[in-house]
Amino acid sequence: MFESKSGILLVGGLGFFAFAFIVMGALPWTIYKDQPEETVLQLAEKGLPFDFIDLAERFPDKFREYFGDADYEGLAEALQIGHDVYVAEACWHCHSQFVRPVASEDQRWGPVAHSREYNNALQRPVLFGTRRVGPDLSREAGRRSNDWHVAHFNRPTSVVPTSVMPRYPWLFDENRVPNKRGMGLITYVQWLGSWLDEYPYFEEPSPPAAYGSEKSKSEKSEKDVAEANHADEERA
Amino acid sequence: MTTAIANPPVSVAADDAHTLALVDRPLVLSYFVLSYVYFLIALVAGLLYSMQFIQLYPFPEIEFLSPGRIRMLHTNGLAYGFIANAFLGGLHWAIPRLTMQRVFSDKLSWLILVVWQGIVLATVFGLLTGQAQALEWGETPIWIDPVAVLGLFLVGFNLMTPVIRFSGPMYVSLWYFIAALVWTLLTYTMGNFFTEYWIGGTASGAIIGLFIHDLVGLFVTPIGWGLMYYFVPIILRKPIWSHGLSLVGFWGLAFFYPLNGIHHFLYTPIPMFLQHGAIVATIAVEFVVTTVIVNFFMTLRGSGDALRRSLPIRWFYVGMVLYFVTCLQCAFQTTLTFQRIIHFSDWVVAHAHMVMFGVFGFWILGMMVYLIPRLVGTRGWWSDTLNSWHFWLSVISLVIMIIDLTLGGLVQGFQWKNLVLWEETVRSMVPFWLTRTFSGAAITIAQFLFAFNIYMTVTDRSLRGPIDAEPSYTYG
Repeated sequence: MFESKSGILLVGGLGFFAFAFIVMGALPWTIYKDQPEETVLQLAEKGLPFDFIDLAERFPDKFREYFGDADYEGLAEALQIGHDVYVAEACWHCHSQFVRPVASEDQRWGPVAHSREYNNALQRPVLFGTRRVGPDLSREAGRRSNDWHVAHFNRPTSVVPTSVMPRYPWLFDENRVPNKRGMGLITYVQWLGSWLDEYPYFEEPSPPAAYGSEKSKSEKSEKDVAEANHADEERA
Repeated sequence: MTTAIANPPVSVAADDAHTLALVDRPLVLSYFVLSYVYFLIALVAGLLYSMQFIQLYPFPEIEFLSPGRIRMLHTNGLAYGFIANAFLGGLHWAIPRLTMQRVFSDKLSWLILVVWQGIVLATVFGLLTGQAQALEWGETPIWIDPVAVLGLFLVGFNLMTPVIRFSGPMYVSLWYFIAALVWTLLTYTMGNFFTEYWIGGTASGAIIGLFIHDLVGLFVTPIGWGLMYYFVPIILRKPIWSHGLSLVGFWGLAFFYPLNGIHHFLYTPIPMFLQHGAIVATIAVEFVVTTVIVNFFMTLRGSGDALRRSLPIRWFYVGMVLYFVTCLQCAFQTTLTFQRIIHFSDWVVAHAHMVMFGVFGFWILGMMVYLIPRLVGTRGWWSDTLNSWHFWLSVISLVIMIIDLTLGGLVQGFQWKNLVLWEETVRSMVPFWLTRTFSGAAITIAQFLFAFNIYMTVTDRSLRGPIDAEPSYTYG
């Protein structure tokens, strides 16, 4: 068997591959198959994010031309287009959509990722991501304004000087207004995480308490921590 | 001590005349040249992409050359342009000589060559025009996938025919080739179709993990090792040290490697017991790899002089050292402890470059150094000195890149964990990214040196003649 053609072909080639596929591929599928996969419209019907309505008010003519009214159908169409741009531009190579339960990630981004967040048509194939050159985006909804995103997609360094994100001038028309793809992408990014009970989550520049030894004890960072705590209380 | 290489047991020229008739040499040479052209393009793409990280990308306003798309050109160009073409060339050389049978059809071989280039060019076109699929290493637009599967099926049919026709004990390389041809077809189908049409959400993450890993582990790795088992004994003119260890290596890989995939998505909502299973299987692979490495280094024992006399052997064994380092690293980085810090960081990028270029790229380059004079019919290379420069520049630059990105990844990981402001973590990476661009540029220059050497060797008619069986050159 170990050196025969049939042994290598059937046991090694097909058998072991099938075994691994059943254990590591089909098994997780059977575990999650009872969670129904939501369509884009079902996702949209969970609610219109504030920023989507803001986009419709900010660019009324163009928005109407691209997506009609700011309703569920319009949101579904914008999300689909935004998702397709997100994949085509390979945004997911530098931005994850997956908050891990370790490495302080729930403090930086928000609640840890849950399997039910991924059972929908916009996660086919799933966009866990592979590298974080830029921040995680699964809790991005509402974190920044539409204006910020418009400026950022056109020239990221205009709002974040150290940013290494590429420019996307082709997401804008000749008047520097986002085109259909641009509005779709902004809608998509502003929607990520809007399904949670509460959002947005902000990155807090407070924590150096655990980071470094001398600096964290300085007055300045103590003041930062106090301010951040105060902001926390206000929000609560 | 008399080394085996100093006393060839058989006449090389007679041996070649006997078996070369089985090989379609223009075909193999065409595969190598095409492979190398894609290699250069993909390296330039990678270099351009790295310039985005230091805010120096030269074409920020051209949609088709957006850095995100260029990154896919880099990875897919290397996987399907460089590695696949070079392996197809190597298989068309090794399989007929191992089985003493021609492939199913020479016309089919050329048809596959043309179809495969069509697939690669269509992939490049699709990626640059924004039709990518969200599957890492398989961003090939979905309309190309069925053609690619058909192409892989034809490859399997054409190359398996001599194996099936031949009777007698099969050499180790053939085990790897048979399995790899089946696995590649299955892996490509699984990754591209299941995640697109049948399985979504978290479960598709498990399939994507299998796909990414199997593409490296069940397509590139077995063909790479199969070629090593073929070329190393031929160049050293002695058999592999232990047949038993060869068996352990092959069957260990066959069983444990396909189980590893989920280790790409640790701490995701994929069930934890499967993540643990993938971790254990990954560590098991490291033990298997050790047996293979021991086998090859025991084979080299007593022939160490070959490292100075034979450049291919040097490429192969440096690749094997890096393979061992990669796999040892893998056994640690797959643990949940390491994953907390290094996941999503540049550490992983270093790891990917070490295995794809440092191991399989090096092996392919070694294979080209060995075969191109034989395919063209020259006495040797136009310039051995240039080949020496190519070797050292590639190795040193790659090692710099690996160390640089590994350290950068650690800095990044700990800054993330310690909640340093995001913009701050990006800023502290700039020196590492700058170093990466310089080392990448050096790697690219080295490959252009080799390209020039290939060009001169092929075109310089004064070099034509029977191959020098005993090259007198000693590499620095």
